[in-house]
Amino acid sequence: MHFFTSEFFFGHINYWLFIVLMMTGLYIVIGKGNLVKKIVGLNIFQTSVFMFYISMGKISGGTAPIFPLDGKYDPEIAYSNPLPHVLILTAIVVGIATTSLGLALIIRIREEYHSIEEEEITVIEDTVFRSEHLVVASQGEPL
Amino acid sequence: MALFSMLAVTALSVVRTRSLFAIVALSGVFSLLSALLFITWDAVDVAFTEAAVGAGISTVLMLGTLALTSRAEKISHKSKTIPLLAVVLTGAAMFYGTLDMPNFGSADTPVQTHVGPDYLTRIPEDIHVPNAVTAILASYRGYDTLGETAVVFSAGIGVLMLISGLRRRRRDEDTEEDTSDTGGDNLMRHHLILRVITKLLVGTIFLFALYVQFHGDYSPGGGFQAGVIMAVGFIIYGIVFSLDKVKLVFPPWLVHKLVAFGVLLYAGTGVYSMLMGYGYLDYTAIDPHHPSHGQHLGILIVEAGVGITVTGVMVAVYYAFASRTPVLSDEEW
Repeated sequence: MHFFTSEFFFGHINYWLFIVLMMTGLYIVIGKGNLVKKIVGLNIFQTSVFMFYISMGKISGGTAPIFPLDGKYDPEIAYSNPLPHVLILTAIVVGIATTSLGLALIIRIREEYHSIEEEEITVIEDTVFRSEHLVVASQGEPL
Repeated sequence: MALFSMLAVTALSVVRTRSLFAIVALSGVFSLLSALLFITWDAVDVAFTEAAVGAGISTVLMLGTLALTSRAEKISHKSKTIPLLAVVLTGAAMFYGTLDMPNFGSADTPVQTHVGPDYLTRIPEDIHVPNAVTAILASYRGYDTLGETAVVFSAGIGVLMLISGLRRRRRDEDTEEDTSDTGGDNLMRHHLILRVITKLLVGTIFLFALYVQFHGDYSPGGGFQAGVIMAVGFIIYGIVFSLDKVKLVFPPWLVHKLVAFGVLLYAGTGVYSMLMGYGYLDYTAIDPHHPSHGQHLGILIVEAGVGITVTGVMVAVYYAFASRTPVLSDEEW
């Protein structure tokens, strides 16, 4: 079995480490109640996906994909794949834009509910829902 | 490997820590460490962006959010087993998926054998731009980048709609009450060293941002990074010398116009090339006699568009966050 050679192990350990980081992020997102902490968890999750992409573009012994100034492409030199770099570079900036959108939502939530804890918000939501429901029910019953 | 263990420790301490202030600091550390990791994998452009965005802007924005919300996480009574189970299951599924993956760093993987090397061989003839990342970003993948600039644009608009509407107008009416807010800003006036250093730094930061912007096709850099660095310059100025002063230098109406102008410049370049009888975003149209000159110029123009929009959005978001009065009760600090 090629699964148990040391070459296989060291060739794959980086993917497993991404999985560990990514799952840490996911755990923060689904296991913690604080909204700001959830955003941080989401960022960790996101960054580990970026690492995964970049690591796939890496060639051992390769160099950064920037040509010498004379602009000649030398097939002897191994350049790491620039395409994942392009994708991730823009994804980082889009990521910060969406993060700021999330943070803005948190600020609005805080102003409405006076809390950024998921549990407290759910409690408030429940009471609001029940009181509205009760009003409808009591209006309906006499008929 | 050392970097990885540091990353893992940082991530795990985010799980454990309850002080949100510490969490935000840790997330900055996490970004910086991952930027180092990107450098070791030859992704210098990506590392640059990650360092500027993750350790710079996002920390500032998160701290701004903390100032408007609360400082500490409350103890949660949620069950821990279900999330843990879900996480372990997902992790195991992904672990199973990696067994088919090629070894790290090998050169004969699908990633390395299709478009990547094709771009690498064509760029020196087509575009004459040394930095392959910039060439792909702005030319071969110009549509993607246009779309991403548009996403940044719309996220910025979204933030503005969410948190700089009614409340700010109401705040302007009772400016008398505002003294507590500007009082906070005035605290910084006493820090002479900070003020002097900031004055020295801001100019350098702008200069560096412009260098990164216009040298992006020769060295790591480009519109996204330059935009973020430029915005950092304004934000530092705003933090040290009150928000009102930075708004005099870079008024909000101008910021909002620039946000739209950048996207228009980018999209307009495409429309121009269509009017000249070429495909959308085909930069040959700019200089039909020297296609590579046209490519070079086109890349500069669209990168400028990207840079303007990113600067605008980041500064606008900072203004929106910083100009809100905290609705925070004192005991929560």
